[in-house]
Amino acid sequence: MSEKTTGKSAAGKKEMFKPLSRRSFLKAGALGSLLIGGTSAAMLPLRKFKNDTSLETFFQQHYERLTPGRMERILKRIENEVKERHGIEARVKDPKPIPDVQFAYALNISRCVGCRRCVHACVEENNQSRDPEIQYIRVLEMPDGTFDVEKSNHDYAPDTVPTEGKYYMPVQCQQCENPPCVKACPVGATWKDDDGIVVIDYDWCIGCRYCEAACPYWARRFNFAEPKIPKEQINPEMAYLGNRIRPKGTMEKCTFCLGRVRNGLLPKCSEACPAGARQFGNLLDPDSVIRHILREKRVYVFKEEVGTRPKFYYWFDK
Amino acid sequence: MEKIENGEVHKEAISGSLSNYGLFLLRAVRLSFRGHIAFYSWMIFLTILSFFGLRAYCNQFVEGLITTGMTDQVSWGVYIANFTFLVGMAAAAVMLVIPAYLYKEEEMHNIVIFGELFAVAVMIMCMLFVTVDLGRPGRFWHLIPVIGRFNFPISMLSWDVVALTGYFIINAHVCGYLLYMKYLGQKPSKWLYMPFIILSIVWAVSIHTVTAFLYVGIAGRPFWNSAIVAPRFIASAFTAGPAFMIVAFQIIRSTTGYHIGDRVFQLLRQIVTISLLISLFLFGCEIFKEFYSQSLHNASARYLFFGLHGHYALVPWIWSAIAMEVAAVIILLSRFSKTPARHIWLNLACIMATVGIWIEKGPGLIIPGFLPTPLGEIVEYTPTLNETIVCVGIWSIGILLFSWMLRLAIPITSGMFHATEDR
Ligand code: SF4
Ligand code: SF4
Repeated sequence: MSEKTTGKSAAGKKEMFKPLSRRSFLKAGALGSLLIGGTSAAMLPLRKFKNDTSLETFFQQHYERLTPGRMERILKRIENEVKERHGIEARVKDPKPIPDVQFAYALNISRCVGCRRCVHACVEENNQSRDPEIQYIRVLEMPDGTFDVEKSNHDYAPDTVPTEGKYYMPVQCQQCENPPCVKACPVGATWKDDDGIVVIDYDWCIGCRYCEAACPYWARRFNFAEPKIPKEQINPEMAYLGNRIRPKGTMEKCTFCLGRVRNGLLPKCSEACPAGARQFGNLLDPDSVIRHILREKRVYVFKEEVGTRPKFYYWFDK
Repeated sequence: MEKIENGEVHKEAISGSLSNYGLFLLRAVRLSFRGHIAFYSWMIFLTILSFFGLRAYCNQFVEGLITTGMTDQVSWGVYIANFTFLVGMAAAAVMLVIPAYLYKEEEMHNIVIFGELFAVAVMIMCMLFVTVDLGRPGRFWHLIPVIGRFNFPISMLSWDVVALTGYFIINAHVCGYLLYMKYLGQKPSKWLYMPFIILSIVWAVSIHTVTAFLYVGIAGRPFWNSAIVAPRFIASAFTAGPAFMIVAFQIIRSTTGYHIGDRVFQLLRQIVTISLLISLFLFGCEIFKEFYSQSLHNASARYLFFGLHGHYALVPWIWSAIAMEVAAVIILLSRFSKTPARHIWLNLACIMATVGIWIEKGPGLIIPGFLPTPLGEIVEYTPTLNETIVCVGIWSIGILLFSWMLRLAIPITSGMFHATEDR
């Protein structure tokens, strides 16, 4: 960058249109090929790119702005995609919240034996990726006499459970009444539905993972790669905001199996528990099992101090 | 410029100024490709590094973020760490703007534009770092109000988007306007830039505060959920930014012969020294709070400084950061760094301060925020090679942009590249 060259460049308009010298022509050629060659070499990995987004999907609007007709087409599109990619006939629905229902969970810590059946039942029901492995429920093995999760063991061997001197505390999305994950999302891709279930529109999430950082229960999971599930293990009953196979690069989490519970079934984890530790029901129904537990038992919520107001209760009955 | 005699030629004047502007662009492009062999080698070197970065990003784009070292446990890594650090660097441009425009420091006027250009280049790096961190970059438009669904003002991330975009536009406008007027040889109208300069000062503080609030707003992560993070961010930014500029200005001075007075270095050295002292003080307050009370909430700090349950990944990093910052402050306070003739000590101190702060508020802030996880697990994070190359690529793009901006700005400000009279 010398004065010499810059000084010359002030020579005005005429200079702009004088023919290129042989030297600068060669120079331009060399630079041009560096740029073109470099760019194409750099973009080489894109050959392996599998596009998972049609133009229509790309412009698909936020869930709340979709008309019923549009939703119909989207559900069809997802069915077709599952068929194309996995060779499975799926039935994709969009079950809506039932009026006057607030779902809640209650887990009996005294009963839980730490067998992790709920973890695996959940994976099968909700079409989580097997590779890389995604699980919504984490069971903590805790030493008796403490609530400090830092003392927990996440990798205990399940065939020796329950171990003397330990208790087991499964953790999953607490469907917070005041969910920090929802506040965090910059695009409103996650929200609390009318029945209290916090859902994610997998077609709207941009994958920034701010919600994952914001969740105090480590309940959210991100698809770092294209989810892989063996064909014969895919659950063909799918829900748009629930257990349909997620696209790469988006967030997911427990939805209380919304495709089941909005149709009167229990969440899969509750059904799978051999110890009967997992109770589920409608908070607004005075006769529900949940209301019974809240009335009769000494329940607590996990990390009450962060102000999330979970709808997932723990209790001891010994 | 066309002479405007009366209203009738007004249209002509507009088309005239448009063609002037076109000519300016054309000439700027030509000027960009002129220079010494050293300039060429530098630019080609950076271009090649950028290509490596692009290639690594293409890998990530195809495979997903699995190509990074991030996990569900540590869901943000070096991308966001670099982003956080760079927001501070961009904000630090005000440390040139304030003395130049508010205190009317003569010598600062020569270089303030470089600081603003630096902010523009750094903002672009920030945006790139956020973009490469997204799982679905193609859905970027979801952030655009009206056509997308911008969760403003609830989400702190949406505040950050507004703050950063605004800062980018303000600085780009000020730089572009002042440089173009200088090129035309016209006196810039105060009304067209002073309000933006004032705005940029306030805005600079806000971008870094909002970026701090991104972390502070998370109640579930005690390591971040601390009021001191924002002031610490500002103090450390006002250290690292001017420190970087001290080194950069010397390179500019020696390679281009552009006049940068010793007064500039004196002033910047003072700014770095004071900011670094404040920054270390706030850091000390944080350390006291974490360790004296021995609350269970200090697990992240224990992990950062001493390691936890056999995991020590960050310990050597944070202690070297502290050592570098302390050494820098000692040099800056001693007589060594004050002799203008020999800047070796000053440069050493500046480099150590910048690197120390990069560690402290990059990896030293982001990663321990995640560990142990809210469920008490520790899964250590190490960036992968691919992830590192993406970072190197983005830094190269940023430095490439800044070098190119200087290539145009230096001849313009020194009056060697200007519109000619004989059109
Ligand atoms: S547990 Fe986490 S993911 Fe679930 S609603 Fe609460 S904050 Fe959101
Ligand atoms: S990862 Fe998706 S759901 Fe979570 S905050 Fe980002 S855009 Fe929202």
